[in-house]
Amino acid sequence: MVAFKLAYKNLIGAGLRTWLNVSVLSLAFVMTIFYNGMIDGWNRQGRNDTQDWEIANGQYWHPEYDRLDVFSIKDSHQPLSAELQQQVSDGWLVPQFIQQASIYPQGRMQSVLLKGIPHDQTILKIPTAPLKTDGDELKAIIGKRMAESTHLKVGDQVLIRWRDKNGTFDALELTIVSVFQCDVPGIDNGQIYIDYDRMQEMMGLENNASLLVTAAEEPRAISGWSFKDTDFLLADLDKMIESKKGGGIVLQGVLLLIALLAIFDTQVLSIFRRQKEIGTYIALGLTRSQVVGIFTIEGGAHSILAALVGAAYGIPFFLYLDTVGLSFGSVDVGVTIAETIYPYYSLGLILSTMLLVVVSATIVSYLPARRIAKMNPTEALKGKIQ
Amino acid sequence: MDNAIIQLNGLTKRFPVGSGYFTALSDIDLSFSKGEFAGLVGPSGSGKTTLLNIIGSLDVPSVGEATVLNHSIAGLNQKQAANLRNHHIGFIFQTYNLLPVYTVYENVEFALLLQKMSATERRKAVMQALEWVGLTDKEKSRPSMLSGGECQRVAIARSMVKKPEIVLADEPTANLDSKNSHHILQTMQKLNDELGVTFIFSTHDEKVMQYLKRKISLADGRVVADELAILSQ
Repeated sequence: MVAFKLAYKNLIGAGLRTWLNVSVLSLAFVMTIFYNGMIDGWNRQGRNDTQDWEIANGQYWHPEYDRLDVFSIKDSHQPLSAELQQQVSDGWLVPQFIQQASIYPQGRMQSVLLKGIPHDQTILKIPTAPLKTDGDELKAIIGKRMAESTHLKVGDQVLIRWRDKNGTFDALELTIVSVFQCDVPGIDNGQIYIDYDRMQEMMGLENNASLLVTAAEEPRAISGWSFKDTDFLLADLDKMIESKKGGGIVLQGVLLLIALLAIFDTQVLSIFRRQKEIGTYIALGLTRSQVVGIFTIEGGAHSILAALVGAAYGIPFFLYLDTVGLSFGSVDVGVTIAETIYPYYSLGLILSTMLLVVVSATIVSYLPARRIAKMNPTEALKGKIQ
Repeated sequence: MDNAIIQLNGLTKRFPVGSGYFTALSDIDLSFSKGEFAGLVGPSGSGKTTLLNIIGSLDVPSVGEATVLNHSIAGLNQKQAANLRNHHIGFIFQTYNLLPVYTVYENVEFALLLQKMSATERRKAVMQALEWVGLTDKEKSRPSMLSGGECQRVAIARSMVKKPEIVLADEPTANLDSKNSHHILQTMQKLNDELGVTFIFSTHDEKVMQYLKRKISLADGRVVADELAILSQ
């Protein structure tokens, strides 16, 4: 307690030098929480959006289906058993029938993935209700990115050509009935959604699906289908988050290093300038290791002050960000990212950042303070540099 | 001496200098009894401060024996030596050595904090010590707000607050004017008389010598005279 009290007094007594160190350290503290909060916010939003819009609680794939291999898609479909059809009816599964097709917007040919999805599904957020067929018109919905790349808008008609089950080309005019906005590029780029029943009809197949999206909390294995859990389906996002975190560590590391260097420098200076004080402590009855402790606590206490100062301006800043988010505009990095990211500050993030700053500040404070243990107290009392 | 609280036998202290040694103290035989008001007198470099440092367990003899309050200084480890200083020995320095960030009260209280006394007991002891030196009205001042004489009185209070058996004062008046020097010395003399604390000074100040009951003259690290003084006060 004496050491803490003395450290506090000495720190405050050092005035501007303390506050400069504390400012830099608090900046490292706040920046670390800010950056990791943004990444965690992106991660949470990305995972939630991907689950809401694309994968729910997992997907059952046709054994040959590979979303990265366009050549496997044509034959990667199979009929649904009566049991699966029942689960679809009960709202536990959403079948998607996926085939390659070509569209001709403004006279250009563009390959697309044509996806049949029940218009009455409620598991995914994709707004499929407008796909409900009323007549011969082939209704389609597309995502915002697809609309931008093809220059299609609501009401536009575009020719689509596909191969049916026999490999015979067929073509129709489809009408864009809705353009939906979502942050999940995996369900948007190069994709056109039509009603599931209409898709079966066009392909000449009944009750076929390439994959099934499940709403079950604990999905079980289904014979003839390969289950892909959320960890597998979110692996790309996880890798992107990891790489961004890795990049952030460099920035945070540099900031922390500057702050720690300042503390180290202050400690070295203190120990040289305060020899007489060190000698006095020993004369008053402290052991050398207790004096080392005082100086270490004093240096380490910079981090406590930095946490307080950081909290003073960081908390309002974080609360503001939590309300308005940070807008990145419409960016396409291949994985789910919202236009506006709301940071997520977990207790774990704050405590681990605090621990990192406190421990590293204490270590750099201890390193120069170790010299005290080798000091001759009689020389120290004279204020002689040792 | 049977009631000696400090016993020095054949004490020699050498410091390494280059490839050889400098002998600061040579074959010192001295003893001090409880309640003495003694001074180590001599010119600079005569070994006064070195001797005080050894008695204060801040240093150890190279040869010989130094026994303070039945503790052999050479045999103490760091913790035992710190404990001896904290409980039984008070220091007064030429340059006061007050902690600049602490108030007068806190400076005096510091030694008691290490003794884990209760806050009430500490308060009582600190105020009593400040009363001895006449500084109760300055308890909230910082050292930078005090005169040299006042600073040294705070240092005396700090050394006395734990009621030690021995107070070692290294050139306590060297930075003070005549009036303050006398004031300080009278204060210490009073504490010696009333509390029976043993005071050992190192000094070459004539003003201090006037107050000493025993004067030990050192020259080149040797005791050249050890005499009871005839007090002029």
